[in-house]
Amino acid sequence: MSESAGTPGLKSAPPTAASGFPDQWLVSSSPHERSTESVAQIMWTVVLALLPTCVAGVVVFGWYAGVLIVISAAAAVAAEAAVQKVLHRPVTIGDGSAVVTGVLLACCLPPNCSWYVPVVGSFVAIFIGKQLFGGLGRNYFNPALIGRAFLQFAFPSQISMPQWPIVTRASVFESVTGSIFKVAAGSPGGPDATSLATPLAQIKPALPAAVSPLAALGEPLNQDKLDTLRDLFLGNIPGSIGEVSKLAILLGGLILLLNRYINWRLPLAYVGMALLAVLLLPVKDSSGHWTGLYAAERHWDIIGETLSVHLLSGGLLLGAVFMITDMVTSPTTSKGQVIYGIAGGILVALIRLYGGYPEGVCYSILLVNAARLIVEKYTVPRVFGTRTRKS
Amino acid sequence: MSFGLPTFPGGFHPPDRKAPSAGCAIAPGPMPERLAVSLAQGLGAPSRPVVAAGDRVLRGQLIAEPGGFVSAALHAPTSGQVQAIGECPHPAGLRANAIYLVPDGADQWAPGTNVPASEDAVAASKPKEIVEKVRAAGLVGMGGAAFPTHVKLSPPAGKAIDTVIVNGCECEPYLTADHRLMLERPADIVKGLRLLVRAVGAARGIIAVEANKPDAHERLLREVRGIEGLACRMVAVKYPQGAEKQLIKALLDREVPSGGLPMDIGALVQNVGTAVAVTEALYFNRPLTERVVTVSGEGLERPANLLCRIGVPYKALLAAQGVRPGARRLVSGGPMMGLAQWTADVPVLKGTSGVLVLSTPPPPDWSACINCGKCVESCPTYLMPNRLSKLGEFRRFEDMAAHHALDCIECGVCTWQCPAKRPIVHWIRQGKNELRLAKLKAEAAKKKAETPEGVLPQ
Repeated sequence: MSESAGTPGLKSAPPTAASGFPDQWLVSSSPHERSTESVAQIMWTVVLALLPTCVAGVVVFGWYAGVLIVISAAAAVAAEAAVQKVLHRPVTIGDGSAVVTGVLLACCLPPNCSWYVPVVGSFVAIFIGKQLFGGLGRNYFNPALIGRAFLQFAFPSQISMPQWPIVTRASVFESVTGSIFKVAAGSPGGPDATSLATPLAQIKPALPAAVSPLAALGEPLNQDKLDTLRDLFLGNIPGSIGEVSKLAILLGGLILLLNRYINWRLPLAYVGMALLAVLLLPVKDSSGHWTGLYAAERHWDIIGETLSVHLLSGGLLLGAVFMITDMVTSPTTSKGQVIYGIAGGILVALIRLYGGYPEGVCYSILLVNAARLIVEKYTVPRVFGTRTRKS
Repeated sequence: MSFGLPTFPGGFHPPDRKAPSAGCAIAPGPMPERLAVSLAQGLGAPSRPVVAAGDRVLRGQLIAEPGGFVSAALHAPTSGQVQAIGECPHPAGLRANAIYLVPDGADQWAPGTNVPASEDAVAASKPKEIVEKVRAAGLVGMGGAAFPTHVKLSPPAGKAIDTVIVNGCECEPYLTADHRLMLERPADIVKGLRLLVRAVGAARGIIAVEANKPDAHERLLREVRGIEGLACRMVAVKYPQGAEKQLIKALLDREVPSGGLPMDIGALVQNVGTAVAVTEALYFNRPLTERVVTVSGEGLERPANLLCRIGVPYKALLAAQGVRPGARRLVSGGPMMGLAQWTADVPVLKGTSGVLVLSTPPPPDWSACINCGKCVESCPTYLMPNRLSKLGEFRRFEDMAAHHALDCIECGVCTWQCPAKRPIVHWIRQGKNELRLAKLKAEAAKKKAETPEGVLPQ
């Protein structure tokens, strides 16, 4: 430090009176206390938050859906352990992140797909989606969605089935979509016998037609519609295992919000923008005219019903609560989160309205995942003290 | 949570752990067999001793003079004999020279010190005289950084200070020294504030107290009532509310410019302990020879707030208050920003606000950042600690500079919360140090290049 005085015998301070404690202390960099929260705690909380959704899936679709969830989670954990062993990395299956991936993947699978579909999907999710990038925290894409996207191509007939099974009722907004939905309403079969396309798949070709003959559709809200809304909300509709019950998803979202593991900005921007885009984007109707939901003007029932189908059926909410909010693959800046959510929302609407698939959640999130770093780069906050003084 | 109270954006609430010592009135600290008054009290040049081994000194007698403008005078903490001037472990790590003083037990004040000044004489002193007395009394900032007070009171021409803030936030967990001072000596704090306001010609003085100390706020409020230009403000309970820049932001909504000082935006912040020391210097002619130190932590048997002489070895404090088995860490200051000590032979400095004996386990193993964003959300300097930590991990110091590592105040908010247990502040500190060294090296190289003899052939 300063110039050495070199006083003999005082190189180190001579011991003072016997003080009765060993003078051995742990030296480390501040802060000297840390929160008890760990990565494992966060991941297992996400699993807990997914539980209502899984339970709802089993209630709606039966025990086989539960088997698929368990197979998927177990396959993800096994894949993580195996890949980490092979790559000579520490095995970290206890942190729960593989379980999250497995359960999330199962949530976006049809409830009647073969057992090997989630096994393949989980392996791809963990190996390609996560470990090849370096493991937890280093992946650029949501692993579950990588798995889901792979399955879309690997098993197209299992993933994008035109007819999905449904358990109980199937009266979905007749007034909006006319004949197509009548397939369901009119089918006399019992609950177990009925199968039909998901509401989104039905609405896809139907939307333009639904918009043009506006005048005929101004029906007031009736009991049937209320029942349908309730079904959409509770989950009595066709769809993937984890996406049907909005109630369960919102419950899980609440758990994550209260623990501050997700942030309201992302899901709100994502869902809000998706609905706004559905409202504003023009689509070609059957007669080749460009029109859109916005053309429905004051027909609030039509607008409301269409938006409800977009919001409450399909994976929009599942994606908004559990996927676009994935910590690892979403931006950390608050401005970035809003931009990211908005970009995802626009992509959902583009895919749903113009794309080859009725559902756009999976690809919209994978696409914004790729843009995460650049979004963050341009939304780095202004550093304290770099603004001119307020006068 | 305290809604609606002034505060700064970011920050968080760590458990405050102040209860063990908050109710303990300030008690006299132990007088050890030997004091070690370090010549390196804080920022700035080390002081130059003006005594030699064998000299007899009286309390308050000058024993070391400032080693430059940014340096402080040192005074004998008690009467006794100078045993030696030599190396002594320093709380900042390394070692520094110290004046070893063996007390004679009489604790006799030097002539001219400990003499009350008349109210009129103090009232008549001009700003320059106040600054001079503060300098002569060896005052430094007592919140921790120990920056010489007279330097803060002498802004260069053209920088006018309009607001003096006395910082009674004490946002670090465990520490209660300032809280006790506010409860026990509110009048002296207000007197000190008035002197500080006069010394810099400010228009107003504000005492800021965190809302978790309503008793202190109430007492200070009573003292400032009716005094024009003075106010006592409650601020939200949030760490790091007591950080200078964050406190100014909360009270005045002004931001100290990046790389600048509070005086650049017309503000001066002093700790409550410093305000009391100003009063002591002006009203009683007492140089700074003692300070209140919170001695606490789960590893300590009897937490206390002790009025300690400067130079008391930590060992003496621990022996007096009792160390529990299982104590693991000895920390100078608070748990968030304090420095871990390797030996209890280090002495109390003028900036030592606390001596903590903690039983917290060794730092856990860290893992990859999972991008949870807690650090970004709560950084009071609006940095991106997640990125800085990744850059630090891979020693990309230039990139750290581009990410404003030099603006980091090292408050530890990011690191405390990190679920991956990453030593973020440690990496940032390392990066800052490497950048500083690189800059020095570049300057030296430039100087060499500019000297004709030094130009190397291509």
